[in-house]
Amino acid sequence: MGKHNEQLDLKRREFIGKTLLAAGAATVAPGILLTVAKAADEARGVTSTVRWGMLIDTNKCADDCSACVDACNKENGIDLMQRPEGQSDADWNAQRPQWIRKVKLRDRVTQVVTTLPMMCQHCEFPPCVDVCPTGASFKRADGIVMVDRHTCIGCRYCMMACPYKARSFIHQNVENQLAAVPRGKGCVESCNFCVQRIDAGNTTTACQEACDKAGHKAILFGDLKDPESTISKAFKVHNSRQIRADLELNTGVRYIDV
Amino acid sequence: MRSSTGIKRTIAGLLLGGLFTALSMGVMSEPARVGAVTPGSKAASLEACVAPTQEMRRNHMDFLKHGRDEVVHRGIRDTRYGLSDCVECHAAKDDKGGYQPINGEGQFCDSCHEYVAVSLPCFQCHRKTPGESAESAAEGVNPHRLGLLQDGEGQPTLNAEGLRRLHVMTLEK
Repeated sequence: MGKHNEQLDLKRREFIGKTLLAAGAATVAPGILLTVAKAADEARGVTSTVRWGMLIDTNKCADDCSACVDACNKENGIDLMQRPEGQSDADWNAQRPQWIRKVKLRDRVTQVVTTLPMMCQHCEFPPCVDVCPTGASFKRADGIVMVDRHTCIGCRYCMMACPYKARSFIHQNVENQLAAVPRGKGCVESCNFCVQRIDAGNTTTACQEACDKAGHKAILFGDLKDPESTISKAFKVHNSRQIRADLELNTGVRYIDV
Repeated sequence: MRSSTGIKRTIAGLLLGGLFTALSMGVMSEPARVGAVTPGSKAASLEACVAPTQEMRRNHMDFLKHGRDEVVHRGIRDTRYGLSDCVECHAAKDDKGGYQPINGEGQFCDSCHEYVAVSLPCFQCHRKTPGESAESAAEGVNPHRLGLLQDGEGQPTLNAEGLRRLHVMTLEK
């Protein structure tokens, strides 16, 4: 874990912003407190009182299991996509969308093999959002990093910027989608913590559900800001770490024993 | 020379005027509801959409565009206007009982968009037919919930289908 990233939610930027705002308000109208009445509608929707995150215990992740990947493909309709006619195995495997994938690590010295699921790490400071020229790559108030396909122009800068290789590009026409997960040619996509489930009030992702069902229970999903949540309690007990903590992105997905 | 131009203009004006009159007569003589929905769709059996037909015709694009930002950026999925609800209600069935793509030739979306030559890229990404949304989220939570009449726990007491029925009943009275 990086020296500067010990808090799960860095407040520095927010603090600076608020200080500036307060200074500005004082300059404009000293002694008068301006309040903006929030329309009732603005209170709806996701808020930053929640930050979704994930804790993955690599000890429990089985080498020969792909339950999480299969569940993700089914949940998001990725398996509805057909290979374009005449495309080679190599091209198809290199280009087909992958929101979550199994990664195997071998320590060169000790030869210890670790397997883990790798997906969007839902950074607090996501590089994909920094580089997006249209604002299509964005972070929701509840910490979910995702792509607004309405504004994505398919430039793929975000794919280059992501240190986790978490994003995919759709190269072909998509004939069949799920109603809850629209997706089509020319846009970048990645794991969004099953946002359609979260918005419907569900508190598990498809991958966690599948992992639990397979009996491994390696994936734990929950609210990092709720001190009473299972994931927050697990964070206090286990020695978890971020992948590439040196980049100081404060990822929402963390791993045990990597 | 001048007088002939004048005559030509008058004739052209008369012709145009006649054309407009004929067009407006045609429109007026046709009942407003004809052509509003595709025969064989769920919408064909209902009296009205989520808003009066005229309003939907004029403003549906704004409703959808506003709604998409609410859904994608703020996670508000119980808005009154959603594209999947349009598809759910307006898609027609073919002879074999299967749904036809809503943007297919002559279908609900296509019929107008083709006429006014406005491209319809929604369905490059969005599902074209009603279908099991296959949301596993559906387990326990009604995917068709609306932001209306929720009980204390936020569970809907009236689903989309129920609302439509209520809508029809109210209009009949």
